[in-house]
Amino acid sequence: MNTSPLRVLIVDDEAPARSRLRDLLADVGGALPVTVTGEAGNGREALRIAGAGGVDVVLLDVRMPGMDGVEVAQHLQKLEPPPAVVFTTAYDAYAIQAFELHAMDYLLKPIKASRLQEALSRVMQGAAPQPETLRRMQQAPRACLSAAERGKVHLIPVGDVLYLRAELKYVTVRTTGREYLIEESLTQLEQEFQDRFVRVHRNCLVARTAIRGFERAGAENGEGPWQVVLAGLEERIPVSRRQQHVVREFAR
Amino acid sequence: MARSINHNANTGALPDFRNFGILLRMLLIVNGVALLASLLQAPAFRAWPAQLTGNAALVEPLLILSLLVLAVLSNLLRRLPYVMAIICIVMLELALTAALHAAGQAMYLLDPASLPRRLLIVALTTGMLLVYFDLRGRALSPALAEARLQALQARIRPHFLFNSINAVLSLVRQEPRRAETALEDLAGLFRALMADNRELTPVSHEIELCRQYLDLEQLRLGDRLRVEWHVENMPPDALVPPLALQPLLENAVYHGIEPAETPGVVSINIYGARDRLHVVLRNPYRPDGDHHAGNKMALANIRERLQLHFDVAAELTTRVGENTYEVRMVMPYVKSK
Repeated sequence: MNTSPLRVLIVDDEAPARSRLRDLLADVGGALPVTVTGEAGNGREALRIAGAGGVDVVLLDVRMPGMDGVEVAQHLQKLEPPPAVVFTTAYDAYAIQAFELHAMDYLLKPIKASRLQEALSRVMQGAAPQPETLRRMQQAPRACLSAAERGKVHLIPVGDVLYLRAELKYVTVRTTGREYLIEESLTQLEQEFQDRFVRVHRNCLVARTAIRGFERAGAENGEGPWQVVLAGLEERIPVSRRQQHVVREFAR
Repeated sequence: MARSINHNANTGALPDFRNFGILLRMLLIVNGVALLASLLQAPAFRAWPAQLTGNAALVEPLLILSLLVLAVLSNLLRRLPYVMAIICIVMLELALTAALHAAGQAMYLLDPASLPRRLLIVALTTGMLLVYFDLRGRALSPALAEARLQALQARIRPHFLFNSINAVLSLVRQEPRRAETALEDLAGLFRALMADNRELTPVSHEIELCRQYLDLEQLRLGDRLRVEWHVENMPPDALVPPLALQPLLENAVYHGIEPAETPGVVSINIYGARDRLHVVLRNPYRPDGDHHAGNKMALANIRERLQLHFDVAAELTTRVGENTYEVRMVMPYVKSK
């Protein structure tokens, strides 16, 4: 029999809500072996703790400042192995509808000990949520992209991204400092962040705010194809013939 | 039974002749009638402006004088039974018309024979206005009753209720005394919500309610919520619609504090200036931050109730600054008796 206790991470931006969950987990402890491995007041901290390993289940509040629970869950899925997730919410009609639709486990605050125990024992057998399901539950664009690196999750604030370029299987995420590889589809990224990025080429989206200008490639006679000049980047991004209108729109 | 009594009382009520909105309506309607009358009277379209000027010379003095007299006699008239008051008003108008006619006869060289016709026009116009105000009163009175229901429904987000109960539960074991206080605040808040909220309430009551609400939010949010009150220049006897301020604070916390990663300040500034009461509320605002669509319900609800109580004499405006969101309510300074 599996006797090692379930390791739980509590994530909620409100201190009383965390303390309440701690009390409840202690109550449940008699019937189901659990230990609290950590508490986090926001998504970033949750990812840091979970990234250090040793977390089986994350009790995750949906409505949090900065990065909401659904986004945190998506980043958590990059961990190897990903922890199970149980969402908690006081009242969020949209989220509850989405949980029901995708048969996700969630707990309504105020949470009852019996419900908590049920959810935890189900989680011990169940599989982690599918990234695709979580993506569909996301209401607003994410605050960060995430790349898995040596067992950790690296967060890339969307505001730091200069361009996104589709390679064979991956998308290259370019910031001023470095590049990351993420496993996502460029089309979906384009839809999610349509206010922030503009497509200049079949395989490339650039951040609107980073565009410094456009220039003709190579020649002095000004006949070459257009290229995007991005802030703080030597590299030039070619503009495809089909996306020439972006240059005209920028000129306005 | 109680309802039907209430209903009857409402239908036979005189308009408030000191209310700016009522005065404005009377001015507009009477001038509209004068405009129409001159259009009918003018022998040719080009003669219309001249006809209008001529009519205005007759109408305006009577109109201004009537408004003044009615405003002065307003309290006296309200004490009479509705039918008596109506008769008094019509008689009053006829008397004023006759008096002005007599006074004007010398100056304008008015035709004495025109008096009966003029009296008839004045009686008809007055009657029409009174019917209009009566119908308007009937249309608004169910709305006023409904305002209470709306107040109950649109107030207090379920989000707040359940999170607060959760916070209180977390206190029960470690800090029972704080849990008690919190439950008392919650009870106070709901008592106010379920009360009959049709009558105006002293602003000091509303502030007490807001403090209870903010204490509860502070319990959950801790240092993230800072509150600044500026009420030194507030007349404590001023009357406001019940639950005019609390929902605005709830909006401020929900949209300004909860989605923010850093602590924020909600400031409330209430002051009297001349015969107006100003309520200004500010909270932090981040243009890209809050992705839960703004809840305009509370604002629309308060705006509607302000209008029911004060007509056009009150206003509610919002302004988005660089980092702040500001709601400003201005209403007449009505003293509690």
